[in-house]
Amino acid sequence: MIDEQELIDEIEPERYELFEAPHYKFAFDRRDFIKAFGLGIVFVVPVTRAIAQQRQGESGRGGSNERLPNDIGAWIHIDEDGGVTAFTGKVEVGQNTRTTLTQSVADELHVPITSVRLVMGDTDLVPFDMGTFGSRSTPTMAPQLRKAAAAAREMLIAIAAEQLKVAPADLRIIDARFVNHDKSKTLTLAEVAKGRRLVKVIPDDIAITQPKDWTIAGASITKVDAAKFVTGKHQYPTDIKREGMLYGKVVRPAAYNATLLSSDTKAAEAMPNVKVVTDGNFIGVVAPDQQTATKAANVIAVDWKSPAQPSNAELFELLRKPATSARGSGEGGGGGSQPQGSIADGLAAADKKLEQTYTVAYIAHAPLEPRAAVAEWNGDRLTVWTGTQRPFGVRGDLAEAFHIPEDKIRVIVPDTGSGYGGKHTGECAVEAARLAKAAGKPVKLVWTREEEFTWAYFRPAGAIDIKSGVKNDGTITAWEFHNYNSGPAGIQIKYDIPNNDIRFHQSNSPLRQGSYRGLAATANHFAREVHIDELAREVKIDPLEFRLKNTKDQRLRDVLQAAAKQFGWGKANPSVNHGFGISCGFEKASYIATCAEIAIETASAKEDPKNKRVRIVRVVEAFDCGAVVNPLQLRNQIEGAITQAIGGALFESIQFENGRVLNPKFSSYRVPRFADLPLIEVVLVDRKDIPSAGAGETPIVGLAPAVANAIFNASGTRLRSLPLAPKGFAI
Amino acid sequence: MAKITSLNVNGKKLSVDVDSTVSLLSVLRNDLDLTGSKYGCGEGQCGACTVLIDGVATRSCITQVGRAAGKQITTIDGLDKDGKLTPLQEAFIKADAMQCAYCTSGMLMSASALLNKNPKPNRDEIVTAMNGNICRCGTYQRIIEAIESVSAA
Repeated sequence: MIDEQELIDEIEPERYELFEAPHYKFAFDRRDFIKAFGLGIVFVVPVTRAIAQQRQGESGRGGSNERLPNDIGAWIHIDEDGGVTAFTGKVEVGQNTRTTLTQSVADELHVPITSVRLVMGDTDLVPFDMGTFGSRSTPTMAPQLRKAAAAAREMLIAIAAEQLKVAPADLRIIDARFVNHDKSKTLTLAEVAKGRRLVKVIPDDIAITQPKDWTIAGASITKVDAAKFVTGKHQYPTDIKREGMLYGKVVRPAAYNATLLSSDTKAAEAMPNVKVVTDGNFIGVVAPDQQTATKAANVIAVDWKSPAQPSNAELFELLRKPATSARGSGEGGGGGSQPQGSIADGLAAADKKLEQTYTVAYIAHAPLEPRAAVAEWNGDRLTVWTGTQRPFGVRGDLAEAFHIPEDKIRVIVPDTGSGYGGKHTGECAVEAARLAKAAGKPVKLVWTREEEFTWAYFRPAGAIDIKSGVKNDGTITAWEFHNYNSGPAGIQIKYDIPNNDIRFHQSNSPLRQGSYRGLAATANHFAREVHIDELAREVKIDPLEFRLKNTKDQRLRDVLQAAAKQFGWGKANPSVNHGFGISCGFEKASYIATCAEIAIETASAKEDPKNKRVRIVRVVEAFDCGAVVNPLQLRNQIEGAITQAIGGALFESIQFENGRVLNPKFSSYRVPRFADLPLIEVVLVDRKDIPSAGAGETPIVGLAPAVANAIFNASGTRLRSLPLAPKGFAI
Repeated sequence: MAKITSLNVNGKKLSVDVDSTVSLLSVLRNDLDLTGSKYGCGEGQCGACTVLIDGVATRSCITQVGRAAGKQITTIDGLDKDGKLTPLQEAFIKADAMQCAYCTSGMLMSASALLNKNPKPNRDEIVTAMNGNICRCGTYQRIIEAIESVSAA
């Protein structure tokens, strides 16, 4: 079993924007519940220990039937028609957790998946949640919803037994019907819930169904509401429209860290139906349509003063300087570890020593749906529809910005056009609310692609230094690892190296940086797994054999062997100008191994003609995240992560100079397209005996090192910086 | 500025009152409430806004509405017939060819245009026809599978 608290500690220092404890205080009132839900039965789950501790400083009081607990993790409502609604603070941003959580509820309650509806990310309707990040929905939210469903099942059986005048032990729920042993007596869920007005608090220790006994969970089920998406009917945050709604536009500073010296808004104010809003450094406009709002913003003359700021050229030198203000819980915070043994002794015992530096660039999430919000004030009450991974966090941001209590604010997150860790913040919601307040009408604000590239935040850039020693027999004797700025996620080794010293150093980042799918695990796996490949070449041992020789971790060995087998590792040599590479790793309770085949070809029209082109031909990835909840969705996530990883591995990089992003468009910031797609084969290692871990992030970490190692195999050239070949590959 | 007063969208003649230079995407979404077509970049690079104009896949974000007047415009909102999904829409569901699905409407429109012109495209032809559509979640492999499953049928 994996300790949940340990995992939370591990992710804590990575969430750059989440260091403060949530301000949220809330006392639930039984009457409010009844009012909110109407007739039927509500089952309430108190939060588990781990989540209670996640909410620093607040007590995690357990529930009883006498009093509603203050800390509620989830709830389920059975309405008078027998419909089941589960409520969670998690949001859907493409990880298809709506589908997998619905499966878990249906599985536990023994009802068809079609009778379960999930309400997500609406702060007026769902229990408090820190946010959707860190691959936590599957390991923490699914068990909470399961507890609610398990208890609901047992309590409903007791009520139905009373109604039917049979012993509870004689009843089972089959396909949403209560049935006794000889099927002579049956009741529907609706017949049991009808006319009731019950709130039941669920004991925290209720048993949930184990993976080996799952029926609906564990099955491949397509996206639950897919029909709404293939018909364009789903309303994303950008699609929300309210009565009398106006359109907003914000005037952006000329550069980062700029201060407003003066502005001339007369020309904009003279435009019919245009309202200009100025407040400190904020300048925005509202108009009846988007074109007018954009025109009005463009005619506002603004004088900004911005300080001289660094460019890409100085980046890594800058990141090696220590941070002047602590951003988190100190050096290594949670991701580093106590050094073991002695690096000097380890190097002395080695036959070969190696010292290398690896770097990763800033990259952008570039979610296809940019930040968007619709804000509406009704008196002193504010409602905002927006795309964010932290609905309660954004509610807090709004409360702070407008000096109003959180209970006056409702944040609603419709299923959103992706996030990848890039939508933790609520700038757009705050801006829309400011404009709406001034306009006295609902206002929609949609960031342009250029705004999204410039004014969101980036995956941290980083420099990594590794010093190591290896014996000729392939035993690694020393491992010294320093990560500057990119973060501690995935920094720990699963190799058995007696002398190791692994550290994360914080820096002053010249650009605003934050969470990104997999966080620093991509950078740390890239540096480590390329370095391991270099060591294997030094002692002339096959890279797969070398890895197996240095780890006794059985799950890591299993994924390595599973990937190698599917790939045919060691069976045949690559053809001319082709190369094979391998990598492996562990992060967020999941194990991953990746094999890649690349080809070096004539450059495409988009690349420097002097350079060759790297094409990823084939990728095999083996993945073990414990018990698999939905093999189809898991494969989809893994394939997607591999595809997205191609960008960061080969060509994605934010170019910046003097406080400006130089490539804030899809025409200048290249992302993976159909033509970049390799053949992808996924091998799932399903471990029914191990609790499910989240799987939205870790599958992204294996590609970059596997590709870098394959490029070396093909060409003899060792590339140590991500992106590896932004302008093609120079021979 | 010339005004556009009507558009043929999804087989219906709809009244509008917009300048001819406004983007077709903006008119569809904000004036006609047809929000199935999405904004992704505003420069014709991502394909999220793709619609058919007289059967040709077109980036509505960089198309002035005046250029679409008098022509047959098809959007994702009108792709299904009376609630019955097309085989391609069914294939996207079956192949699970979406994650956040923000790109899905554009993908379906580009793929529909391809299949109308070339009912049995090979893999290279699919990649070429679809390369202007970005799926940031990376579901390209499943989208190709979905298109292939329809073209093979």
